[in-house]
Amino acid sequence: MTTLRKPWLAPLLSVLLLAFLLGVWQLAAQPETTVVDPGLDPEYAALIGAAAAGGGQSAMPTPGEVGGKLWAHLTDPFYDRGTNDKGLGIQIGYSLARVLAGYLIAVALAVPLGFLIGMSPLAYRALDPYIQVLKPISPLAWMPLALYTIKDSGTSAVFVIFICSVWPILVNTAFGVASVRRDWLNVARTLEVSPLRTAFTVILPAAAPTILTGMRISIGIAWLVIVAAEMLVGGTGIGYFVWNEWNNLSIANIIVAILVIGVVGMALDTMLARLARAVSYRE
Amino acid sequence: MAFLHIEALAKRFPQADAPVFEHLNFSIERGEFVCILGHSGCGKTTVLNILSGLDEASAGTVVMDGREVRGPALDRGVVFQSHALMPWLSALKNVEFGVRSRWPEWSRREVEAHSIKTLEMVGLAHALHKKPHELSGGMKQRVGIARAFAIQPKMLLLDEPFGALDALTRGTIQDELMQIVAATQQTVFMITHDVDESILLADRILLMSNGPRAQLAEIVEVALPRPRDRHTIHHDPRYYRIRNHLVDFLVNRSRAFAAPEAGHAPAVVNPGSDIPEPQAA
Repeated sequence: MTTLRKPWLAPLLSVLLLAFLLGVWQLAAQPETTVVDPGLDPEYAALIGAAAAGGGQSAMPTPGEVGGKLWAHLTDPFYDRGTNDKGLGIQIGYSLARVLAGYLIAVALAVPLGFLIGMSPLAYRALDPYIQVLKPISPLAWMPLALYTIKDSGTSAVFVIFICSVWPILVNTAFGVASVRRDWLNVARTLEVSPLRTAFTVILPAAAPTILTGMRISIGIAWLVIVAAEMLVGGTGIGYFVWNEWNNLSIANIIVAILVIGVVGMALDTMLARLARAVSYRE
Repeated sequence: MAFLHIEALAKRFPQADAPVFEHLNFSIERGEFVCILGHSGCGKTTVLNILSGLDEASAGTVVMDGREVRGPALDRGVVFQSHALMPWLSALKNVEFGVRSRWPEWSRREVEAHSIKTLEMVGLAHALHKKPHELSGGMKQRVGIARAFAIQPKMLLLDEPFGALDALTRGTIQDELMQIVAATQQTVFMITHDVDESILLADRILLMSNGPRAQLAEIVEVALPRPRDRHTIHHDPRYYRIRNHLVDFLVNRSRAFAAPEAGHAPAVVNPGSDIPEPQAA
């Protein structure tokens, strides 16, 4: 990439774009001044609010309202006022815990198994049909089966995260291990390095960038899937929060949640990208 | 019995009609520098891989120092054509990787000290902590040589180590290799495509006929005195006798060569032996 002559230009454009989008949003969500139908039942109007009764106000909040909600959530993220009213921080915490649990189990299983598949052409051919069939299944399709067999909804969500994270890591590990340069393995053989030491000191560092790529894809998918999974299983988590606010018709809260989901997903991806850079090497 | 003894060696790859080479018989004495010369496809690299234990012969035996060679072992050091350094390790760590395998009982400090000493021997004291991608082609190959030397093998096997280097670098590393080999009395078996390189380095040159069914056609003795100097060696009248003999073989005779019978002993020739040693002026 060429270095820009005006380094402030790109951030400035970003800010301008944001201002423009917020402006459009503000205009679109502008409550129309409506004349209340004189024939309307006053009790009904009082019940649902004058503007709504007139059909004038949409549920779409203005940027200001969303900003206010966001501020409220950010300043008090960990409140707990009962089952259906918990702070955004708590909900994110639940979601992250589920993602990390399912993801770490997937890593713990997929990396050794991928090693085996990558090292043994026999294991590769034997397991390949299973991988090919299981890989394209939407993780949510497993949900009913998980709920039926595991019975606990929280654990089922973890299982769904596990099943969606496992394939990219498995496939990438197997590929990375299988494509370790023959020369490096020959060096280890001529130096009488034990198979275990070869696995850890030659194959693992050689395949690490490919494995990390798989892990980075997986964490992205896991974070996508957790929202949907929690909408299904309910109870806690950011996905449940979104669904709950939909039932409350609090669009402002939903938009706040969407923003937070995006930021957390970006943070997870950045972490894995850092890790990938740490193990990468140049030939 | 010779230090290394090879008898009736043959290699046939699966799905191939004819063996790559067959009826290979030769010996190498301790401390000898032997080059093997031949066209692509005559199985030079396969011979070297069998000696290193990375490949298996289809027939025949290899005996080194009274023991049959079976599988790779630390008593043979290999310098790979493509240097084969681990790109995630520094030059020093690459050498340490071998040293640690050779002497597992050594402490960290001993391993490091020995590895540094070997890298200094190939003139890389200034580049210990550089990663392979920060090194030039010649420096990479020096690290490869240091890694093989560091384990103090009974025999050093070099698979065309200078093939990818420019002429200048190649000359420098040839000199370094010659010095180290002379100082350590190392036994060396080396593949090369380069006629001049083989004359400069070798005590004897094995000439392979073309594959498939390649055979050891001739053994050329290089009776030029040591130490040899790259800059003056070609003034020796015997040099061109040897050179012409080798080029003649590669150009004209390697294709048509047919062994008189299976298991024959290759002819030993000493071109230029009739010319008296030139007197220093």
